[in-house]
Amino acid sequence: GPGGGAPLENANPLIYRRSGERPVTAQEEDDELPDCIDDREIFDILSGGRGERRRSLFLNLAHLIRSINDPEHPLTLEELNVVEQVRVKVNDAESTVAVEFTPTIPHCSMATLIGLSIKVKLIRSLPERFKLDVHITPGTHASEHAVNKQLADKERVAAALENSHLLEVVNQCLSARS
Amino acid sequence: GVKDGNWTVLQLVEALGSCLENTDPRMRGRGIQLLSQVLLQCYSLLQEKEVLHLVLFYENRLQDHHLVIPSVLQGLRALSMCEVVSPGLAVSVLKAIFQEVHVQSLLQLDRHTVYSIIINFMGSREEELKGLGADFTFGFIQIMDGEKDPRNLLVAFQIVRDLIAKNYALGPFVEELFEVTSCYFPIDFTPPPNDPHGIQREDLILSLRAVLASTPQFAEFLLPLLIEKMDSDLQSAKLDSLQTLTACCAIYGQKELQEFLPSLWSSLRREVFQTASEKVEAECLAALHALSACLSRSVLSSDTEDLLDSFLSSILQDCRHHLCEPDMKLVWPSAKLLQAAAGASLRAYHHVTRIVLPLLLEQYTKHPQSSQRRTVLEMLLGFLELQQKWGLVEEDESTLLSLQASICSVVFSALTDPSVQLQLVGIRALTVLGSLQGFLSHSDLELVVDHLIRLTLHEDSQSSEAAMEAAGSLAPIYPKVFSGHMVPRLEEELQSEREEESSCDHYSLQQRCLQALAAVSTHTSIVKETVPVLLQHLQKVQKGSEAGKTQGMISVCQSLHRVALQCQQDDDGCWYYHQTVVPCLLAMAVLAAMQESAHPLLGKVLIEEEVLAAMVPVISAATTHLSPELAAQSVSHVVPLFLDGEVSFLPQNSFPCSFQPFEDGECFDAQRRLVALLMAFVCSLPCNVEIPQQERLLQELLALSCSCNCPFTATTAAKCFAGLVNKHPAGQQLDEILQLAVNRMEPSLVEGPRRMQALTLLLWVTKALVLRYHPLSSHLTDKLLGLLSDMELGPAAADGFSLLMADSPDVLHKGCHADVRIMFRQRFFTNNVPKLVQGFHGAGPDVKANYLKGLSHVLNHLPKPVLVTELPTLLSLLLEALSCSDRVVQLSTLSCLQPLLLEAPQIMSLHIDTLVTKFLSLTSSPTMAVRIAALRCAHALTNLPQTVLLPYKARVIRALAKPLDDKKRLVRKEAVAARGEWFLLGSPGR
Repeated sequence: GPGGGAPLENANPLIYRRSGERPVTAQEEDDELPDCIDDREIFDILSGGRGERRRSLFLNLAHLIRSINDPEHPLTLEELNVVEQVRVKVNDAESTVAVEFTPTIPHCSMATLIGLSIKVKLIRSLPERFKLDVHITPGTHASEHAVNKQLADKERVAAALENSHLLEVVNQCLSARS
Repeated sequence: GVKDGNWTVLQLVEALGSCLENTDPRMRGRGIQLLSQVLLQCYSLLQEKEVLHLVLFYENRLQDHHLVIPSVLQGLRALSMCEVVSPGLAVSVLKAIFQEVHVQSLLQLDRHTVYSIIINFMGSREEELKGLGADFTFGFIQIMDGEKDPRNLLVAFQIVRDLIAKNYALGPFVEELFEVTSCYFPIDFTPPPNDPHGIQREDLILSLRAVLASTPQFAEFLLPLLIEKMDSDLQSAKLDSLQTLTACCAIYGQKELQEFLPSLWSSLRREVFQTASEKVEAECLAALHALSACLSRSVLSSDTEDLLDSFLSSILQDCRHHLCEPDMKLVWPSAKLLQAAAGASLRAYHHVTRIVLPLLLEQYTKHPQSSQRRTVLEMLLGFLELQQKWGLVEEDESTLLSLQASICSVVFSALTDPSVQLQLVGIRALTVLGSLQGFLSHSDLELVVDHLIRLTLHEDSQSSEAAMEAAGSLAPIYPKVFSGHMVPRLEEELQSEREEESSCDHYSLQQRCLQALAAVSTHTSIVKETVPVLLQHLQKVQKGSEAGKTQGMISVCQSLHRVALQCQQDDDGCWYYHQTVVPCLLAMAVLAAMQESAHPLLGKVLIEEEVLAAMVPVISAATTHLSPELAAQSVSHVVPLFLDGEVSFLPQNSFPCSFQPFEDGECFDAQRRLVALLMAFVCSLPCNVEIPQQERLLQELLALSCSCNCPFTATTAAKCFAGLVNKHPAGQQLDEILQLAVNRMEPSLVEGPRRMQALTLLLWVTKALVLRYHPLSSHLTDKLLGLLSDMELGPAAADGFSLLMADSPDVLHKGCHADVRIMFRQRFFTNNVPKLVQGFHGAGPDVKANYLKGLSHVLNHLPKPVLVTELPTLLSLLLEALSCSDRVVQLSTLSCLQPLLLEAPQIMSLHIDTLVTKFLSLTSSPTMAVRIAALRCAHALTNLPQTVLLPYKARVIRALAKPLDDKKRLVRKEAVAARGEWFLLGSPGR
């Protein structure tokens, strides 16, 4: 097995393939036609898309939970399947976004932090009209209910962001200059 | 006085006598200082005898008061630079220093003097110093022990390196010498701010590494140290240790490494398995590669065990089971470790692949999922690529050959897998296998080609592209298989008319056939097969009447262009291509133009301008690389065709009427358009090819460009004229033709129906002359600057600055042998930007925008480093330009400002208020491109110092909320990025 050093939480995790970068369509380049906000767009906000690893929330989170990446085969949270595009639902007309995330292992201690980072990233990146719902994929975490409750509680999210230590960790996740 | 020879040194010493013997050490010190200063000025004039006396005097003074010592050392330094030092003196000086001076209690400068004395003597008295034996080494060790100053360390390390490199006796002091240097490892030094000495941490690291890795004698002490520091928490220490280890492997042998191999391996493995850093991983892999190479290289005596085998076996043992878990994270680190070790030598490669290749082949079969198979195949590919280093060696031990059948079957199975990702890896593997001469049998090759055809025509576009690329790289190795097998199949596919398929599918299949024919044309024998197919298809498309004909012809031309580029380097292929394609295209175009002129009433355009434009790069690429003799042969046909209607060299020589492209008359409109083809040919010729009837040709072109009503033809004639003028040798003939051009242009520019044509001609001729620094260019540029205030032509003249500065795709660029001076843009900037600025200030409100537009075109094409140095002077103008309502001006101003924000944040900080206001207001421009550029600038603002930005943070974040809801996705993407960055400003954790 791997040599000495600090024991890792989930040292040899399962990995998944990433989806490719979203190609720019002719419609997107047309000045006149509107493009609606879709699931993929929200997903890309969270993943940073391919080729922009520096901006990836996922990658920073991946560093944070120490399921460390491999340069030619970088592990983002997408590959770890923390967030999948199928679990992102947006309704532009009704201004709602729902994101389900799956902590890497059922007891992952970082679940709240992952959820909080996703939530803050969305608050900063989406128009105010959107109502956000971030929660754990049902049946994938031991304290699912407790975590979801915290994430849904506006006051708590606000309070968590007043906590400068927590804010620092969240900002580290969101920083492009990691 | 001493310098001029009026005084001897001994006279000086006598004169200083009282001072040198004064009882006050300060007075003595001053005397000696003066003497030493003199010696430093004129040591080269001293006689051997004088040196002897002086040395004895100074040696004696070494015992003197500590205040005197610095000056004594200076004197000795001067003497150490003399060429006439008697034998034995150097040794005696050094002995005296070793004995009398406690170096580490001296000041930095004085210690430096001691090192200089030693270095000087080592340079000039090497043999004598070696006579001292290990005492010299020991003396030096004592001197440098405890040194702390980086400047002195650089010198001291240099001395140690020389001690070792020049084989001074180290005697029993190897370990001491190691201790006295290795105590600085790993280097921990940050240069102080404003350090005038400019010593970087990296200088010290490299200098120390050169010492530590200079001798195998240090190995037993160094390797444990490196192993310890690899485990350090500091990444820099890890990296330094790994790089030092790699450096050592270059001179070590099996003997030095033996004892430490197990610990080295376990440290490297631990790092690669655990690290988050690409750098650490890369250095670990490099070190492992170096270790394996070192062991492979070692010469063994008959009774020693070959450590390479046991070393590789332990690597295999620790890594191989991870290769069997393609879903798990350690699979890639393990594969890379094995590849690093295997890549070091053929012997290592055989040892590793004997076990790994069969294992991977088995794993491929065991794992049914495409994603797992992709990982396994990618690893296999990595090992196959290593084999390319050595080529295929047909020995009994070649694992690869014995596995030929199973490797092929795995790769072929990947090619038929539904997963595109797996197909792509399969195609890469195929390319590698094909490049190993003799690996694939003839029947395998036919199978390979079948697969490539299928992938090219019927699979996902990514696979199709990859398959074409693979065909292109394999075709030169197996030209017969590709020309005999692939080309006919593609031809057949191209000609087939399938009714049952929808026209859309049919069209895309034809496209792929055309692209594939071009891609596979990478060998002259194949080019000779594909070019006729492409030309035949071009004619067929032209004769057809279906919609999409124009697009169809353009596609064929694109394929022909690619083929032309691919055969440029081969003389035979290049000439074949030229004499097949150029006459054929000309004949087609001439015939079509004649048919059109014969029936002008039909109003049917047989050769569209777009098609002609697509033929231009084909003819150009077929011409640029011709040898001067062949080019001369060709030009003697083509020019008479256009000037005199001489059609006899065309493949088809029955034409319904005569070809007179330069004749007046409406019915010749179609023929005149073919000047585009003339331009493609004549402007691409190598410089030394003489063009027959050049003066007449130039006059015809000039007349056509001024008189023609068709913008395409007039512009093309102007470009052709400009292309020829640019290459025309300087002299009276050139001056005359230019004068003629000016005379025709100037009146037409002032008034009349053809002002636009005259402006176009002015622009192209100006460009031709600006590029070659012709003196007339400034006159023409001034003319253009004058037109900026013209109500009618002003905007077009402003856009013309973009034409002057940009690379033009078809004429007047380096590729077609134009005379282009490399600094022409900077020169144009220096000469004309002040005039543009002045013009701007003097211009009326209606035309101010023209000046800004012209200016922004010039700035936009300036190399970024030049731009950043020049822009600050133009900054106020640019800020004004941001308020200009023209979106071209807005866009190019924004794109000028963005690099400036990144590279000159201090200057930009002064204008923060204006910048924030303008950028934010442009984020709601009606033009998407402007909104995107404005958001990028708003993003780039975050590069300015935080204290400048923080007062604006709330405002910017509020304002950027609006573009988050922009109707265009590409705008929203930029808004998200910019706003995210602004949020992080001044927050903890940024």
